[in-house]
Amino acid sequence: MAGTAVRGRLTWQTATVGTVMDETPQVRTLSLSVPDWSGHRAGQHVDIRLTADDGYQAERAYSIASAPGEPLTITVERLDNGEVSPYLTEEARPGDQLEVRGPIGGYFVWEAETGAPLLLAAGGSGVVPLRAILRHRSLVGSSVPVRLLYSSRSWEDVIYSSELDFPADGVEVIYALTRSQPPMWHGYARRVDRQMLAEVAWPAADRPLAYVCGPTSFVESVAAGLVGLGYPAERVKTERFGATGQ
Amino acid sequence: MDDAAVDGNAIGGLLASVFGTDMTTAVGTCGSCGAITMVAELPVYLTEIGTVVRCRSCQSVLMVFVSVRGITCVDLMGLASLS
Repeated sequence: MAGTAVRGRLTWQTATVGTVMDETPQVRTLSLSVPDWSGHRAGQHVDIRLTADDGYQAERAYSIASAPGEPLTITVERLDNGEVSPYLTEEARPGDQLEVRGPIGGYFVWEAETGAPLLLAAGGSGVVPLRAILRHRSLVGSSVPVRLLYSSRSWEDVIYSSELDFPADGVEVIYALTRSQPPMWHGYARRVDRQMLAEVAWPAADRPLAYVCGPTSFVESVAAGLVGLGYPAERVKTERFGATGQ
Repeated sequence: MDDAAVDGNAIGGLLASVFGTDMTTAVGTCGSCGAITMVAELPVYLTEIGTVVRCRSCQSVLMVFVSVRGITCVDLMGLASLS
């Protein structure tokens, strides 16, 4: 019942689309203005709900791309058979209104006090919550060392490339391009595997903390690889998008 | 976890709306095999009919959520405990 929401309970709120920016041909970043936004933590997500003229509703979860304290932004990959992402990536215009519920999640979250050397592993648009973590680290002046291992089909599919080209001090970005590589490519040209993790990941003795986000098969394989390298399972935080992205 | 599954993070919003608090860090005990798993790590199947949460170890159904006309029906029969 509208108007009877219990204070503090997670409810749907109306959001207004601010700016839209293309990241790649398939991926777009949108800023959302929510009047009563409570603020979020790095790594959290929101649910977006769309309602068709006939009342049909579809909702999906999207990771928050911005750091705590920054305006709320999400980055969305278009899925051809999606119910929500085609609207967000192709039709949404500044001023459009949609419904948002969030912020959501207390598990896949990093805060500066958590510290630890961070290993961030992204498959495709799994980089989105990790980018929020990177921005949060920079904004609070944290010096925690970070390695981001980012698996993408091709260089054209890399999200946030202009930002990741100039990482903050103490941040290393390592790419694995799985399908095609630009000429003179010196980075990895295969899927993330055990050998690559052994080369990239902080030694388990450094007590690192890993955040792994992407398609389910990617996350399963990377998480198992890290546990095989001696990472305690509870130090490997995971978020799985399913088969084809969010 | 198979490719068709997402994980408990994806239903954090649904769970928070049902339980009134974040449940992704809650721990569920499977009523069939006794496996103890954080909700965020449980395989979740989003279907047109509803949302099915299974045990990571034995694949038993732990939780089912079906929403009809704005009302969410919750079946937690597969869980021995959730805390």
